[in-house]
Amino acid sequence: MDERVHLNFERPIIELEKKISDMKDFSVGEDIELSGEIASMEKKLAKLRQEIYSSLTRWQKVQLSRHPRRPYTLDYIRMMSQGFIELHGDRCFADDKALVGGFAYIDGQPVMFVGQQKGRDTKEKLFRNFGMAHPEGYRKALRLFQLAEKYDIPIVVLVDTPGAFPGIGAEERGQAEAIARNIREMSRIRVPIVIVIIGEGASGGALGIGVGDRVLMMEYAWYSVISPEGCAAILWRDAAKAPDAAEALKPTSDDLVALGIIDEVIKEPSSGAHNDPTVAANTVKQRIVETLRELMSKPIDDLLRERIEKYRHMGEFEE
Amino acid sequence: MTWFRKDKSGLARQEKKDIPEGLWTKCQSCGEVVYSRKMEELLWVCPNCDFHFRISSQKYIDLLLDDGALEQFDTTISSKDPLKFKDSKRYPDRIKQAQQKTGKVEGVTSGLGTIDGIPVSFAIMNFEFIGGSMGSVVGEKVARAIDRSIEREIPLVIVSCSGGARMQEGILSLMQMAKTSALLAILAEKKIPYISILTNPTTAGVMASYASLGDVILAEPKALLGFAGPRVIQQTIGEDLPEGFQSSEFFLEKGFVDRIVHRKELRDTVSRLLKFMWRR
Repeated sequence: MDERVHLNFERPIIELEKKISDMKDFSVGEDIELSGEIASMEKKLAKLRQEIYSSLTRWQKVQLSRHPRRPYTLDYIRMMSQGFIELHGDRCFADDKALVGGFAYIDGQPVMFVGQQKGRDTKEKLFRNFGMAHPEGYRKALRLFQLAEKYDIPIVVLVDTPGAFPGIGAEERGQAEAIARNIREMSRIRVPIVIVIIGEGASGGALGIGVGDRVLMMEYAWYSVISPEGCAAILWRDAAKAPDAAEALKPTSDDLVALGIIDEVIKEPSSGAHNDPTVAANTVKQRIVETLRELMSKPIDDLLRERIEKYRHMGEFEE
Repeated sequence: MTWFRKDKSGLARQEKKDIPEGLWTKCQSCGEVVYSRKMEELLWVCPNCDFHFRISSQKYIDLLLDDGALEQFDTTISSKDPLKFKDSKRYPDRIKQAQQKTGKVEGVTSGLGTIDGIPVSFAIMNFEFIGGSMGSVVGEKVARAIDRSIEREIPLVIVSCSGGARMQEGILSLMQMAKTSALLAILAEKKIPYISILTNPTTAGVMASYASLGDVILAEPKALLGFAGPRVIQQTIGEDLPEGFQSSEFFLEKGFVDRIVHRKELRDTVSRLLKFMWRR
Protein backbone atom coordinates (compact mmCIF):
# COMPACT_ATOMS: atom_id res chain seq x y z
CA MET A 1 0.00 0.00 0.00
CA ASP A 2 2.88 2.38 0.75
CA GLU A 3 4.01 2.00 -2.84
CA ARG A 4 0.79 3.48 -4.15
CA VAL A 5 1.22 6.68 -6.07
CA HIS A 6 -0.04 9.58 -4.02
CA LEU A 7 -0.03 13.35 -3.79
CA ASN A 8 1.86 15.19 -1.06
CA PHE A 9 -1.19 16.19 0.91
CA GLU A 10 -2.42 12.57 0.86
CA ARG A 11 0.71 11.35 2.68
CA PRO A 12 -0.61 11.49 6.28
CA ILE A 13 -3.61 9.44 5.15
CA ILE A 14 -1.48 6.88 3.33
CA GLU A 15 0.83 6.58 6.37
CA LEU A 16 -2.03 6.02 8.75
CA GLU A 17 -3.60 3.50 6.37
CA LYS A 18 -0.29 1.63 6.36
CA LYS A 19 -0.13 1.62 10.16
CA ILE A 20 -3.61 0.19 10.38
CA SER A 21 -2.82 -2.46 7.81
CA ASP A 22 0.42 -3.39 9.62
CA MET A 23 -1.44 -3.65 12.89
CA LYS A 24 -4.02 -5.93 11.31
CA ASP A 25 -1.29 -8.16 9.91
CA PHE A 26 0.40 -8.22 13.29
CA SER A 27 -2.83 -9.03 15.07
CA VAL A 28 -3.50 -11.96 12.76
CA GLY A 29 0.12 -13.18 12.61
CA GLU A 30 0.71 -13.13 16.36
CA ASP A 31 -2.90 -13.93 17.23
CA ILE A 32 -3.22 -10.91 19.48
CA GLU A 33 -6.51 -9.14 19.99
CA LEU A 34 -6.10 -5.53 18.77
CA SER A 35 -9.56 -4.76 17.42
CA GLY A 36 -10.08 -1.93 19.92
CA GLU A 37 -6.89 -0.21 18.85
CA ILE A 38 -7.63 -0.80 15.19
CA ALA A 39 -11.12 0.60 15.50
CA SER A 40 -9.85 3.74 17.18
CA MET A 41 -7.20 4.23 14.52
CA GLU A 42 -9.79 3.79 11.81
CA LYS A 43 -11.89 6.44 13.45
CA LYS A 44 -8.82 8.65 13.51
CA LEU A 45 -8.29 7.93 9.80
CA ALA A 46 -11.83 8.93 8.92
CA LYS A 47 -11.38 12.18 10.83
CA LEU A 48 -8.04 12.87 9.18
CA ARG A 49 -9.55 12.28 5.74
CA GLN A 50 -12.43 14.57 6.52
CA GLU A 51 -10.02 17.28 7.75
CA ILE A 52 -7.73 17.12 4.76
CA TYR A 53 -10.42 16.86 2.09
CA SER A 54 -12.68 19.52 3.51
CA SER A 55 -9.97 22.16 3.37
CA LEU A 56 -8.35 21.52 -0.01
CA THR A 57 -7.03 24.52 -1.88
CA ARG A 58 -8.03 25.00 -5.50
CA TRP A 59 -4.59 23.90 -6.59
CA GLN A 60 -4.88 20.71 -4.55
CA LYS A 61 -8.19 19.98 -6.25
CA VAL A 62 -6.53 20.49 -9.63
CA GLN A 63 -3.87 17.98 -8.56
CA LEU A 64 -6.59 15.53 -7.53
CA SER A 65 -8.18 15.86 -10.98
CA ARG A 66 -4.86 14.59 -12.36
CA HIS A 67 -4.34 11.90 -9.77
CA PRO A 68 -2.47 9.03 -11.44
CA ARG A 69 -4.95 6.50 -10.06
CA ARG A 70 -8.06 8.47 -10.99
CA PRO A 71 -10.56 6.62 -13.20
CA TYR A 72 -10.37 7.62 -16.87
CA THR A 73 -13.02 7.65 -19.60
CA LEU A 74 -12.75 3.98 -20.57
CA ASP A 75 -12.75 2.99 -16.88
CA TYR A 76 -16.04 4.82 -16.39
CA ILE A 77 -17.53 3.37 -19.56
CA ARG A 78 -16.52 -0.14 -18.46
CA MET A 79 -17.92 0.34 -14.95
CA MET A 80 -21.11 2.17 -15.95
CA SER A 81 -22.31 0.42 -19.08
CA GLN A 82 -22.74 -2.84 -20.95
CA GLY A 83 -22.06 -3.86 -24.52
CA PHE A 84 -19.64 -1.05 -25.30
CA ILE A 85 -18.54 -1.24 -28.91
CA GLU A 86 -15.81 1.22 -29.72
CA LEU A 87 -15.83 2.96 -33.09
CA HIS A 88 -12.69 4.36 -34.68
CA GLY A 89 -11.53 6.97 -37.13
CA ASP A 90 -12.57 10.34 -38.54
CA ARG A 91 -12.91 9.06 -42.15
CA CYS A 92 -10.52 11.80 -43.27
CA PHE A 93 -7.11 11.29 -41.81
CA ALA A 94 -6.63 8.90 -38.91
CA ASP A 95 -7.92 7.38 -35.72
CA ASP A 96 -7.03 9.60 -32.77
CA LYS A 97 -6.22 7.45 -29.75
CA ALA A 98 -6.60 10.42 -27.39
CA LEU A 99 -10.33 10.53 -28.03
CA VAL A 100 -12.53 7.45 -27.83
CA GLY A 101 -16.17 6.73 -28.48
CA GLY A 102 -18.79 4.18 -29.32
CA PHE A 103 -22.21 2.71 -28.58
CA ALA A 104 -23.09 1.21 -25.21
CA TYR A 105 -26.08 0.55 -22.95
CA ILE A 106 -26.36 2.41 -19.71
CA ASP A 107 -29.07 0.94 -17.51
CA GLY A 108 -30.57 -0.60 -20.66
CA GLN A 109 -30.64 2.72 -22.55
CA PRO A 110 -28.55 2.86 -25.74
CA VAL A 111 -26.16 5.82 -25.71
CA MET A 112 -23.22 7.14 -27.69
CA PHE A 113 -20.19 7.66 -25.45
CA VAL A 114 -17.45 10.09 -26.47
CA GLY A 115 -14.53 11.22 -24.33
CA GLN A 116 -10.83 11.93 -24.12
CA GLN A 117 -8.71 9.04 -22.90
CA LYS A 118 -5.53 9.36 -20.86
CA GLY A 119 -2.95 6.63 -20.33
CA ARG A 120 -1.76 5.22 -17.03
CA ASP A 121 1.83 4.06 -17.63
CA THR A 122 4.41 5.77 -19.82
CA LYS A 123 3.74 3.62 -22.83
CA GLU A 124 0.01 4.07 -22.60
CA LYS A 125 0.36 7.79 -21.93
CA LEU A 126 2.27 8.18 -25.18
CA PHE A 127 -0.22 5.97 -27.02
CA ARG A 128 -3.05 8.21 -25.79
CA ASN A 129 -1.01 11.39 -26.30
CA PHE A 130 -1.78 12.32 -22.67
CA GLY A 131 -5.44 12.77 -23.55
CA MET A 132 -4.65 15.64 -25.93
CA ALA A 133 -6.62 15.20 -29.12
CA HIS A 134 -5.64 16.29 -32.63
CA PRO A 135 -8.16 17.64 -35.15
CA GLU A 136 -8.90 14.08 -36.26
CA GLY A 137 -10.06 13.36 -32.71
CA TYR A 138 -12.53 16.24 -32.80
CA ARG A 139 -13.67 15.14 -36.26
CA LYS A 140 -14.15 11.58 -35.05
CA ALA A 141 -16.23 12.96 -32.18
CA LEU A 142 -18.40 14.95 -34.60
CA ARG A 143 -18.86 11.88 -36.79
CA LEU A 144 -20.05 9.91 -33.77
CA PHE A 145 -22.35 12.74 -32.63
CA GLN A 146 -23.94 12.78 -36.07
CA LEU A 147 -24.21 9.00 -36.12
CA ALA A 148 -26.02 9.13 -32.78
CA GLU A 149 -28.32 11.86 -34.11
CA LYS A 150 -29.10 9.80 -37.19
CA TYR A 151 -30.36 6.88 -35.10
CA ASP A 152 -31.86 8.98 -32.32
CA ILE A 153 -29.47 7.84 -29.62
CA PRO A 154 -28.63 10.25 -26.79
CA ILE A 155 -25.03 11.34 -26.31
CA VAL A 156 -22.93 11.13 -23.15
CA VAL A 157 -19.60 12.96 -23.22
CA LEU A 158 -16.86 12.40 -20.65
CA VAL A 159 -14.38 15.28 -20.64
CA ASP A 160 -10.85 14.71 -19.35
CA THR A 161 -8.11 16.61 -21.17
CA PRO A 162 -5.16 18.87 -20.37
CA GLY A 163 -5.92 20.58 -23.69
CA ALA A 164 -6.20 20.10 -27.44
CA PHE A 165 -2.74 19.18 -28.69
CA PRO A 166 -0.58 22.17 -29.68
CA GLY A 167 1.68 20.80 -32.40
CA ILE A 168 2.63 21.20 -36.04
CA GLY A 169 0.35 18.46 -37.36
CA ALA A 170 -2.54 19.76 -35.28
CA GLU A 171 -2.18 23.22 -36.84
CA GLU A 172 -1.71 21.81 -40.34
CA ARG A 173 -4.93 19.88 -40.07
CA GLY A 174 -6.92 22.76 -38.58
CA GLN A 175 -7.23 22.33 -34.83
CA ALA A 176 -9.11 25.63 -34.54
CA GLU A 177 -11.51 24.79 -37.36
CA ALA A 178 -12.24 21.34 -35.96
CA ILE A 179 -13.06 22.71 -32.50
CA ALA A 180 -15.10 25.65 -33.84
CA ARG A 181 -17.15 23.35 -36.06
CA ASN A 182 -17.83 20.94 -33.19
CA ILE A 183 -19.00 23.73 -30.92
CA ARG A 184 -21.37 25.02 -33.60
CA GLU A 185 -22.70 21.59 -34.58
CA MET A 186 -23.15 20.35 -31.00
CA SER A 187 -25.44 23.27 -30.32
CA ARG A 188 -27.84 21.87 -32.96
CA ILE A 189 -27.53 18.08 -32.69
CA ARG A 190 -31.07 16.75 -32.42
CA VAL A 191 -30.60 14.29 -29.54
CA PRO A 192 -30.07 14.95 -25.83
CA ILE A 193 -26.43 15.60 -24.85
CA VAL A 194 -25.12 15.15 -21.31
CA ILE A 195 -21.60 16.34 -20.58
CA VAL A 196 -19.67 15.09 -17.55
CA ILE A 197 -16.35 16.73 -16.68
CA ILE A 198 -14.64 13.79 -14.99
CA GLY A 199 -11.10 15.18 -14.59
CA GLU A 200 -9.46 18.01 -16.48
CA GLY A 201 -11.47 20.41 -18.59
CA ALA A 202 -8.86 22.51 -20.33
CA SER A 203 -10.14 25.25 -22.55
CA GLY A 204 -11.10 24.71 -26.20
CA GLY A 205 -9.85 21.14 -25.97
CA ALA A 206 -12.66 20.43 -23.50
CA LEU A 207 -15.32 22.66 -25.06
CA GLY A 208 -14.67 21.04 -28.45
CA ILE A 209 -16.74 18.08 -27.20
CA GLY A 210 -18.37 19.95 -24.33
CA VAL A 211 -21.56 21.65 -25.56
CA GLY A 212 -24.76 20.03 -24.35
CA ASP A 213 -28.08 20.23 -22.56
CA ARG A 214 -26.64 19.52 -19.12
CA VAL A 215 -23.10 19.88 -17.88
CA LEU A 216 -22.27 17.83 -14.79
CA MET A 217 -18.92 17.94 -13.06
CA MET A 218 -17.11 15.65 -10.66
CA GLU A 219 -16.34 17.25 -7.33
CA TYR A 220 -12.56 17.20 -7.90
CA ALA A 221 -12.51 18.11 -11.57
CA TRP A 222 -11.49 21.48 -12.98
CA TYR A 223 -12.71 23.38 -16.04
CA SER A 224 -11.43 26.72 -17.28
CA VAL A 225 -10.26 28.85 -20.17
CA ILE A 226 -6.64 27.82 -19.65
CA SER A 227 -4.69 25.51 -17.34
CA PRO A 228 -3.30 27.06 -14.16
CA GLU A 229 0.22 26.41 -15.51
CA GLY A 230 -0.54 28.10 -18.83
CA CYS A 231 -2.13 31.06 -17.12
CA ALA A 232 0.80 31.40 -14.70
CA ALA A 233 3.30 31.26 -17.57
CA ILE A 234 1.54 34.08 -19.39
CA LEU A 235 0.31 36.39 -16.63
CA TRP A 236 2.94 35.72 -13.95
CA ARG A 237 5.64 34.77 -16.47
CA ASP A 238 6.40 31.81 -14.23
CA ALA A 239 4.73 28.39 -14.49
CA ALA A 240 5.65 27.73 -10.86
CA LYS A 241 2.95 30.25 -9.91
CA ALA A 242 0.30 27.73 -10.98
CA PRO A 243 -1.17 27.53 -7.45
CA ASP A 244 -1.79 31.30 -7.55
CA ALA A 245 -3.27 31.02 -11.02
CA ALA A 246 -5.53 28.18 -9.86
CA GLU A 247 -6.89 30.43 -7.13
CA ALA A 248 -7.41 33.31 -9.56
CA LEU A 249 -9.07 31.26 -12.33
CA LYS A 250 -11.71 29.75 -10.01
CA PRO A 251 -11.85 26.49 -11.98
CA THR A 252 -13.30 24.06 -9.41
CA SER A 253 -16.76 22.50 -9.43
CA ASP A 254 -17.94 24.72 -6.58
CA ASP A 255 -16.70 27.81 -8.42
CA LEU A 256 -18.50 26.82 -11.61
CA VAL A 257 -21.79 26.24 -9.83
CA ALA A 258 -21.45 29.66 -8.25
CA LEU A 259 -20.76 31.17 -11.68
CA GLY A 260 -23.79 29.41 -13.17
CA ILE A 261 -21.76 27.54 -15.79
CA ILE A 262 -22.41 23.95 -14.76
CA ASP A 263 -25.69 22.37 -13.74
CA GLU A 264 -24.57 20.02 -11.02
CA VAL A 265 -21.62 18.75 -8.97
CA ILE A 266 -21.29 14.98 -8.64
CA LYS A 267 -20.00 14.15 -5.16
CA GLU A 268 -16.96 11.89 -5.10
CA PRO A 269 -16.26 9.18 -2.52
CA SER A 270 -14.46 10.59 0.51
CA SER A 271 -10.86 11.35 -0.51
CA GLY A 272 -11.58 11.22 -4.21
CA ALA A 273 -12.80 9.01 -7.04
CA HIS A 274 -9.45 7.19 -7.15
CA ASN A 275 -9.98 5.79 -3.65
CA ASP A 276 -13.20 4.07 -4.64
CA PRO A 277 -13.69 4.00 -8.41
CA THR A 278 -16.68 1.65 -8.21
CA VAL A 279 -18.64 3.96 -5.96
CA ALA A 280 -17.61 6.94 -8.10
CA ALA A 281 -18.74 5.24 -11.29
CA ASN A 282 -22.04 4.21 -9.73
CA THR A 283 -22.79 7.76 -8.68
CA VAL A 284 -21.93 9.10 -12.13
CA LYS A 285 -24.08 6.42 -13.73
CA GLN A 286 -27.08 7.29 -11.57
CA ARG A 287 -26.78 10.97 -12.41
CA ILE A 288 -26.44 10.25 -16.14
CA VAL A 289 -29.42 7.89 -16.16
CA GLU A 290 -31.65 10.36 -14.29
CA THR A 291 -30.52 13.32 -16.39
CA LEU A 292 -31.10 11.42 -19.63
CA ARG A 293 -34.55 10.38 -18.47
CA GLU A 294 -35.44 14.00 -17.79
CA LEU A 295 -34.04 15.24 -21.13
CA MET A 296 -35.64 12.47 -23.17
CA SER A 297 -39.07 13.32 -21.81
CA LYS A 298 -38.91 16.75 -23.50
CA PRO A 299 -39.76 17.48 -27.13
CA ILE A 300 -36.49 17.84 -29.02
CA ASP A 301 -37.36 21.30 -30.36
CA ASP A 302 -37.80 22.59 -26.81
CA LEU A 303 -34.52 20.99 -25.84
CA LEU A 304 -32.68 22.67 -28.71
CA ARG A 305 -34.19 26.05 -27.92
CA GLU A 306 -33.19 25.70 -24.27
CA ARG A 307 -29.70 24.56 -25.26
CA ILE A 308 -29.08 27.73 -27.27
CA GLU A 309 -30.67 29.90 -24.58
CA LYS A 310 -28.45 28.34 -21.93
CA TYR A 311 -25.28 29.45 -23.72
CA ARG A 312 -26.81 32.71 -24.94
CA HIS A 313 -27.04 33.89 -21.34
CA MET A 314 -23.52 33.03 -20.24
CA GLY A 315 -21.28 35.97 -19.44
CA GLU A 316 -21.28 38.86 -16.98
CA PHE A 317 -21.29 42.50 -18.00
CA GLU A 318 -23.01 45.77 -17.28
CA GLU A 319 -24.61 48.37 -19.50
CA MET B 1 -12.98 54.75 -50.99
CA THR B 2 -12.81 57.43 -48.37
CA TRP B 3 -9.45 56.97 -46.84
CA PHE B 4 -8.73 60.66 -46.35
CA ARG B 5 -12.10 61.51 -44.90
CA LYS B 6 -11.85 63.36 -41.63
CA ASP B 7 -13.14 61.50 -38.61
CA LYS B 8 -16.75 62.24 -37.94
CA SER B 9 -17.09 60.51 -34.64
CA GLY B 10 -16.35 62.29 -31.41
CA LEU B 11 -14.53 59.32 -29.95
CA ALA B 12 -11.11 59.90 -28.51
CA ARG B 13 -8.64 59.03 -31.21
CA GLN B 14 -5.54 57.50 -29.74
CA GLU B 15 -5.30 54.39 -31.78
CA LYS B 16 -2.18 55.05 -33.74
CA LYS B 17 0.11 53.32 -31.26
CA ASP B 18 0.86 50.51 -33.64
CA ILE B 19 1.65 52.83 -36.49
CA PRO B 20 5.01 54.52 -36.15
CA GLU B 21 4.71 58.28 -35.98
CA GLY B 22 6.87 60.77 -37.77
CA LEU B 23 7.48 61.91 -41.28
CA TRP B 24 9.11 58.70 -42.40
CA THR B 25 8.12 55.15 -41.65
CA LYS B 26 10.37 52.14 -41.61
CA CYS B 27 8.80 48.84 -42.64
CA GLN B 28 8.80 46.40 -39.70
CA SER B 29 9.34 43.54 -42.11
CA CYS B 30 11.85 44.59 -44.81
CA GLY B 31 13.25 47.81 -43.40
CA GLU B 32 12.19 49.93 -46.39
CA VAL B 33 11.82 53.59 -45.43
CA VAL B 34 8.71 55.26 -46.82
CA TYR B 35 7.25 58.75 -46.54
CA SER B 36 4.46 58.39 -43.95
CA ARG B 37 1.92 60.32 -46.04
CA LYS B 38 2.58 57.84 -48.81
CA MET B 39 2.00 54.97 -46.36
CA GLU B 40 -1.38 56.43 -45.47
CA GLU B 41 -2.23 56.44 -49.17
CA LEU B 42 -1.03 52.84 -49.46
CA LEU B 43 -3.36 51.83 -46.60
CA TRP B 44 -0.28 51.11 -44.49
CA VAL B 45 0.98 48.35 -46.74
CA CYS B 46 4.72 48.39 -47.48
CA PRO B 47 5.28 49.22 -51.19
CA ASN B 48 8.41 47.07 -51.19
CA CYS B 49 7.35 43.83 -49.48
CA ASP B 50 3.56 44.14 -49.11
CA PHE B 51 3.82 43.85 -45.33
CA HIS B 52 0.45 44.88 -43.88
CA PHE B 53 0.95 47.12 -40.86
CA ARG B 54 -1.60 46.70 -38.10
CA ILE B 55 -4.14 49.50 -38.46
CA SER B 56 -6.87 50.72 -36.14
CA SER B 57 -10.41 49.41 -36.22
CA GLN B 58 -11.53 52.86 -37.36
CA LYS B 59 -9.37 52.54 -40.47
CA TYR B 60 -11.03 49.24 -41.32
CA ILE B 61 -14.42 50.88 -40.87
CA ASP B 62 -13.32 53.63 -43.28
CA LEU B 63 -11.93 51.05 -45.65
CA LEU B 64 -14.83 48.61 -45.73
CA LEU B 65 -18.06 50.46 -45.09
CA ASP B 66 -19.72 52.94 -47.46
CA ASP B 67 -18.69 56.48 -46.47
CA GLY B 68 -16.91 54.93 -43.50
CA ALA B 69 -20.27 55.06 -41.77
CA LEU B 70 -20.99 52.66 -38.93
CA GLU B 71 -24.10 53.10 -36.84
CA GLN B 72 -22.68 51.80 -33.59
CA PHE B 73 -24.67 49.57 -31.22
CA ASP B 74 -24.07 48.39 -27.66
CA THR B 75 -21.57 51.17 -27.00
CA THR B 76 -22.04 51.27 -23.24
CA ILE B 77 -21.71 47.59 -22.42
CA SER B 78 -18.66 47.05 -20.25
CA SER B 79 -16.81 44.38 -18.29
CA LYS B 80 -17.43 43.31 -14.75
CA ASP B 81 -15.00 41.34 -12.64
CA PRO B 82 -16.86 38.10 -11.95
CA LEU B 83 -13.76 36.24 -10.72
CA LYS B 84 -12.27 39.14 -8.72
CA PHE B 85 -9.21 38.35 -10.77
CA LYS B 86 -5.82 39.63 -9.79
CA ASP B 87 -2.38 38.87 -11.16
CA SER B 88 0.18 41.66 -11.12
CA LYS B 89 -2.79 43.98 -11.54
CA ARG B 90 -6.46 43.89 -10.61
CA TYR B 91 -8.62 43.10 -13.63
CA PRO B 92 -10.75 46.26 -13.29
CA ASP B 93 -7.54 48.31 -13.33
CA ARG B 94 -6.41 46.52 -16.46
CA ILE B 95 -9.74 47.32 -18.12
CA LYS B 96 -9.53 50.96 -17.06
CA GLN B 97 -6.01 51.22 -18.42
CA ALA B 98 -7.07 49.69 -21.74
CA GLN B 99 -9.98 52.09 -21.96
CA GLN B 100 -7.70 55.06 -21.38
CA LYS B 101 -5.16 53.79 -23.87
CA THR B 102 -7.63 53.05 -26.65
CA GLY B 103 -10.49 55.45 -25.99
CA LYS B 104 -12.80 52.46 -26.33
CA VAL B 105 -15.03 50.75 -23.82
CA GLU B 106 -14.14 47.21 -24.88
CA GLY B 107 -12.41 44.95 -27.37
CA VAL B 108 -14.93 45.03 -30.18
CA THR B 109 -16.80 47.72 -32.09
CA SER B 110 -20.07 46.72 -33.74
CA GLY B 111 -23.09 48.05 -35.54
CA LEU B 112 -24.82 48.45 -38.88
CA GLY B 113 -23.46 49.79 -42.15
CA THR B 114 -23.49 49.12 -45.86
CA ILE B 115 -20.87 47.70 -48.20
CA ASP B 116 -21.44 48.74 -51.78
CA GLY B 117 -25.03 49.42 -50.86
CA ILE B 118 -25.55 46.02 -49.22
CA PRO B 119 -26.68 46.34 -45.59
CA VAL B 120 -24.46 44.44 -43.18
CA SER B 121 -24.16 43.72 -39.49
CA PHE B 122 -20.53 44.51 -38.83
CA ALA B 123 -18.13 43.84 -35.96
CA ILE B 124 -14.44 44.56 -35.69
CA MET B 125 -12.08 43.61 -32.91
CA ASN B 126 -9.59 46.04 -31.39
CA PHE B 127 -6.25 44.38 -30.78
CA GLU B 128 -5.00 47.26 -28.66
CA PHE B 129 -7.65 46.43 -26.08
CA ILE B 130 -5.96 43.68 -23.98
CA GLY B 131 -4.76 41.88 -27.10
CA GLY B 132 -8.23 41.81 -28.63
CA SER B 133 -9.06 39.17 -26.05
CA MET B 134 -12.60 37.84 -25.81
CA GLY B 135 -14.34 38.11 -22.46
CA SER B 136 -18.04 38.41 -21.69
CA VAL B 137 -18.41 41.80 -23.39
CA VAL B 138 -16.72 40.83 -26.65
CA GLY B 139 -18.74 37.61 -26.71
CA GLU B 140 -21.99 39.44 -26.01
CA LYS B 141 -21.34 42.15 -28.60
CA VAL B 142 -20.47 39.59 -31.26
CA ALA B 143 -23.56 37.58 -30.26
CA ARG B 144 -25.72 40.68 -30.64
CA ALA B 145 -24.13 41.42 -34.02
CA ILE B 146 -25.18 37.90 -35.09
CA ASP B 147 -28.65 38.52 -33.61
CA ARG B 148 -28.95 41.70 -35.71
CA SER B 149 -28.05 39.73 -38.83
CA ILE B 150 -30.72 37.16 -38.01
CA GLU B 151 -33.41 39.70 -37.09
CA ARG B 152 -32.84 41.95 -40.10
CA GLU B 153 -31.86 39.15 -42.45
CA ILE B 154 -28.71 40.94 -43.51
CA PRO B 155 -25.20 39.55 -44.01
CA LEU B 156 -22.67 39.43 -41.20
CA VAL B 157 -19.09 40.65 -41.57
CA ILE B 158 -16.64 40.22 -38.70
CA VAL B 159 -13.04 41.43 -38.78
CA SER B 160 -11.10 39.41 -36.22
CA CYS B 161 -7.88 40.37 -34.50
CA SER B 162 -7.33 38.59 -31.23
CA GLY B 163 -4.92 36.60 -29.13
CA GLY B 164 -7.84 34.46 -27.89
CA ALA B 165 -10.14 34.20 -24.91
CA ARG B 166 -9.54 36.56 -21.98
CA MET B 167 -7.96 34.71 -19.08
CA GLN B 168 -9.16 37.22 -16.49
CA GLU B 169 -12.75 36.06 -16.89
CA GLY B 170 -11.84 32.36 -16.73
CA ILE B 171 -14.58 29.95 -17.74
CA LEU B 172 -16.92 32.80 -18.70
CA SER B 173 -14.56 33.73 -21.53
CA LEU B 174 -14.50 30.13 -22.73
CA MET B 175 -18.28 30.06 -22.81
CA GLN B 176 -18.32 33.01 -25.23
CA MET B 177 -16.98 30.58 -27.83
CA ALA B 178 -20.08 28.45 -27.32
CA LYS B 179 -22.42 31.43 -27.23
CA THR B 180 -21.21 32.93 -30.52
CA SER B 181 -20.84 29.61 -32.35
CA ALA B 182 -24.34 28.45 -31.34
CA LEU B 183 -25.85 31.63 -32.80
CA LEU B 184 -23.83 31.16 -35.98
CA ALA B 185 -25.51 27.76 -36.34
CA ILE B 186 -28.88 29.55 -36.47
CA LEU B 187 -27.53 32.14 -38.89
CA ALA B 188 -26.36 29.33 -41.16
CA GLU B 189 -29.73 27.57 -40.98
CA LYS B 190 -31.38 30.79 -42.16
CA LYS B 191 -28.94 31.00 -45.07
CA ILE B 192 -27.68 34.42 -44.12
CA PRO B 193 -24.12 34.94 -45.35
CA TYR B 194 -21.23 35.43 -42.96
CA ILE B 195 -17.83 36.62 -44.13
CA SER B 196 -15.02 36.24 -41.63
CA ILE B 197 -11.95 38.43 -42.18
CA LEU B 198 -8.78 37.42 -40.35
CA THR B 199 -6.14 40.02 -39.58
CA ASN B 200 -2.86 39.81 -37.73
CA PRO B 201 -3.10 38.00 -35.35
CA THR B 202 -6.16 35.75 -35.03
CA THR B 203 -5.51 32.82 -32.74
CA ALA B 204 -6.81 30.54 -29.97
CA GLY B 205 -10.33 31.06 -28.64
CA VAL B 206 -11.45 33.44 -31.37
CA MET B 207 -9.92 31.31 -34.12
CA ALA B 208 -11.50 28.21 -32.55
CA SER B 209 -14.97 29.77 -32.66
CA TYR B 210 -16.55 32.44 -34.86
CA ALA B 211 -13.44 33.40 -36.86
CA SER B 212 -13.31 29.86 -38.32
CA LEU B 213 -17.02 29.62 -39.06
CA GLY B 214 -17.50 32.03 -41.98
CA ASP B 215 -19.19 30.89 -45.19
CA VAL B 216 -16.14 32.48 -46.70
CA ILE B 217 -12.95 33.19 -44.76
CA LEU B 218 -10.59 35.90 -46.00
CA ALA B 219 -7.18 36.68 -44.54
CA GLU B 220 -4.79 39.58 -44.88
CA PRO B 221 -1.33 38.57 -46.13
CA LYS B 222 1.21 37.28 -43.63
CA ALA B 223 -1.11 37.39 -40.63
CA LEU B 224 -0.39 35.04 -37.73
CA LEU B 225 -3.24 32.53 -37.62
CA GLY B 226 -3.65 29.40 -35.54
CA PHE B 227 -5.02 27.58 -32.56
CA ALA B 228 -2.02 27.47 -30.23
CA GLY B 229 0.55 30.24 -30.00
CA PRO B 230 3.88 29.54 -31.74
CA ARG B 231 5.77 29.69 -28.43
CA VAL B 232 3.52 27.08 -26.84
CA ILE B 233 3.98 24.76 -29.82
CA GLN B 234 7.72 25.28 -29.78
CA GLN B 235 7.87 24.41 -26.08
CA THR B 236 5.65 21.36 -26.56
CA ILE B 237 7.53 19.79 -29.43
CA GLY B 238 10.95 21.08 -28.42
CA GLU B 239 12.08 22.10 -31.89
CA ASP B 240 12.06 25.14 -34.14
CA LEU B 241 8.98 25.80 -36.19
CA PRO B 242 9.13 25.67 -39.98
CA GLU B 243 9.42 28.97 -41.86
CA GLY B 244 6.06 30.58 -42.54
CA PHE B 245 4.29 28.24 -40.11
CA GLN B 246 0.86 29.56 -38.99
CA SER B 247 0.84 32.40 -41.52
CA SER B 248 -2.12 33.26 -43.75
CA GLU B 249 -0.23 31.63 -46.60
CA PHE B 250 0.16 28.44 -44.55
CA PHE B 251 -3.55 28.46 -43.75
CA LEU B 252 -4.42 28.93 -47.43
CA GLU B 253 -2.10 26.10 -48.42
CA LYS B 254 -3.64 23.77 -45.81
CA GLY B 255 -7.15 24.66 -46.89
CA PHE B 256 -8.44 26.69 -43.95
CA VAL B 257 -8.95 30.09 -45.59
CA ASP B 258 -10.57 30.80 -48.96
CA ARG B 259 -8.41 33.68 -50.10
CA ILE B 260 -5.61 35.93 -49.03
CA VAL B 261 -6.72 39.43 -49.89
CA HIS B 262 -4.57 42.53 -50.16
CA ARG B 263 -5.97 45.34 -48.05
CA LYS B 264 -6.68 47.51 -51.09
CA GLU B 265 -8.90 44.77 -52.51
CA LEU B 266 -10.68 43.81 -49.30
CA ARG B 267 -13.80 45.90 -49.76
CA ASP B 268 -14.23 44.90 -53.38
CA THR B 269 -13.78 41.22 -52.57
CA VAL B 270 -16.36 41.31 -49.77
CA SER B 271 -18.81 43.16 -52.00
CA ARG B 272 -18.39 40.71 -54.88
CA LEU B 273 -18.86 37.73 -52.55
CA LEU B 274 -21.96 39.15 -50.91
CA LYS B 275 -23.55 39.71 -54.32
CA PHE B 276 -23.33 35.97 -54.94
CA MET B 277 -24.55 34.91 -51.53
CA TRP B 278 -27.16 37.55 -50.73
CA ARG B 279 -29.84 38.60 -53.19
CA ARG B 280 -32.77 40.30 -51.57
